[in-house]
Amino acid sequence: MNKQLEETLREKIAKVEQGGEAKYHEKLKEQNKLFVRDRLKMLFDDEFMVEDGLFANVMAGDLPADGVVTAIGKVNGQTVCVMANDSTVKAGSWGSRTVEKIIRIQETAEKMRVPLIYLVDSAGARITDQLEMFPGRRGAGRIFYNQVKLSGKIPQVCILFGPSAAGGAYIPAFCDIVIMVEKNASMYLGSPRMAEMVIGEKVTLEELGGARMHCSVSGCGDVLAANEEEAIQSARTYLSYFPANYTSEPPNASAKAPSEAAKEITSIVPENQNAAFNMHDLITALVDADSFFEIKKLFAQELVTGLARLDGKPVGIIANQPRVKGGVLFVDSADKAARFITLCDAFQIPLLFLADVPGFMIGTAVERAGIIRHGAKMISAMAEATVPKISVIVRKAYGAGLYAMASSAFEPDACLALPNAQIAVMGPEAAINAVYSNKIQAIEDPQERQAFIAEKRKEYQEDIDLYLLASNLIVDGIVPPSDLRQELIGRFEVYKGKRQVFSDRKHPVYPV
Amino acid sequence: MKQVAATMAGTVIQVLVQAGDQVNDGQDVIVLESMKMEVPVQAQAAGKVVEVKVNIGDFVNDGDIIVELE
Repeated sequence: MNKQLEETLREKIAKVEQGGEAKYHEKLKEQNKLFVRDRLKMLFDDEFMVEDGLFANVMAGDLPADGVVTAIGKVNGQTVCVMANDSTVKAGSWGSRTVEKIIRIQETAEKMRVPLIYLVDSAGARITDQLEMFPGRRGAGRIFYNQVKLSGKIPQVCILFGPSAAGGAYIPAFCDIVIMVEKNASMYLGSPRMAEMVIGEKVTLEELGGARMHCSVSGCGDVLAANEEEAIQSARTYLSYFPANYTSEPPNASAKAPSEAAKEITSIVPENQNAAFNMHDLITALVDADSFFEIKKLFAQELVTGLARLDGKPVGIIANQPRVKGGVLFVDSADKAARFITLCDAFQIPLLFLADVPGFMIGTAVERAGIIRHGAKMISAMAEATVPKISVIVRKAYGAGLYAMASSAFEPDACLALPNAQIAVMGPEAAINAVYSNKIQAIEDPQERQAFIAEKRKEYQEDIDLYLLASNLIVDGIVPPSDLRQELIGRFEVYKGKRQVFSDRKHPVYPV
Repeated sequence: MKQVAATMAGTVIQVLVQAGDQVNDGQDVIVLESMKMEVPVQAQAAGKVVEVKVNIGDFVNDGDIIVELE
């Protein structure tokens, strides 16, 4: 073969690998963005990378790789598939080959049963190419069809570096987790310009669909990263808790003692049922040092969700946060819990519920927002989860809040309580008012009335005495707080062989 | 002007700051009672308190402005 052919080929490869024109690379620098191939280098363990479709649309001349790199590499030693938009090529927009390449890497990930990572930075469809890339069998719709089909089979991770507009915004929506780079990332169906033209609204991109908004208000974002390096590192850390696919076990790491900064559990949880405390302190006291990876940290903060390790083994934690909104469950927190439970259950990550919950929120605002159906969503996801699940009643668990936090009726492998746990339909004050309201009103002498209330509260407390509940086998155990970590490690070890099928039906009618 | 808003509907049971105080980001400024729980409300930014807009016993709705910061 003519040596010249090889040289020509190498030149062509090098040219494609440069991406778009120099001025667009300059623009990346101005925006504090990395070039797509540098992102890939940072994501993968080393230089190793296999790429398909490098010459996609090469005949066009100005569309290197047709604006998307599809590659296979290693993350934490695990093979992963990646699609990565190149925003230096027509703003990362999608033509027909772009879409075909994305579909093919999805098919590859499905066949190999390995995680798929989407590095998104795209202006959306090339409207000039719509016939070829939009409506057909292997048009862009197929990308979303595949995502839905892959969901729960392999981990799907999205890092959003730039815009994800209109139809393209559904790529993050169908991923298990969306990591967004602050200031640069955005998601929206209609741009601010379109919002002004079509509905007359004047709004900034940040307000309409910025990273911080999505991570704190809409819940479309899960992790807010300060920059691209942090975002990529977050994705690597996140994947370290996950198996390659739903048939394998999540990987273990070396066991670590809890952080040295952890406080004694007895000093963390106040005896007064109504006083606020920081649930993060309890999580820190229980899990391996530096192992807590919080998901949706800025969203619906009255509930904490995150991945952690107990003695090196991954566990998903759902914990009420008394420090925020009293730890009461709201529409968004119920949503957040349902989503996180489903994520862990799909990939064999055991669940730990830390309950300290006064109940679901009441009042006009939440009833109008459909708190009942959102609560049902959480309870449904929790009930269906068949991974090892342990519920710990940390302090109080009232009303449907008790149910939502995986209490006894929902087949946790164990429902445990700390010694000052209080389990009831409602707290003593509310209960006495509800039951004896007429009687209390009828007692005219204020002292007599107070005495009556005090007497009834005492009776109520006796009715819900924790040892009485344990005696009636309502809780499976009362655990000394300082033994809780060891108790959980031991129990998860025991339950690890659990294999349970919830039902053989097609699927439930989801409460949504 | 920065503002601190109530995080949920409830009754004011403690006012922890007064006009002229310097507060830090994340500092508790008001405690509400809601759903029988004590619910501390934090400043979302540092600043000097210009006005406390509520008194003990007031009912506030989610989003109501309770403290104005400079």
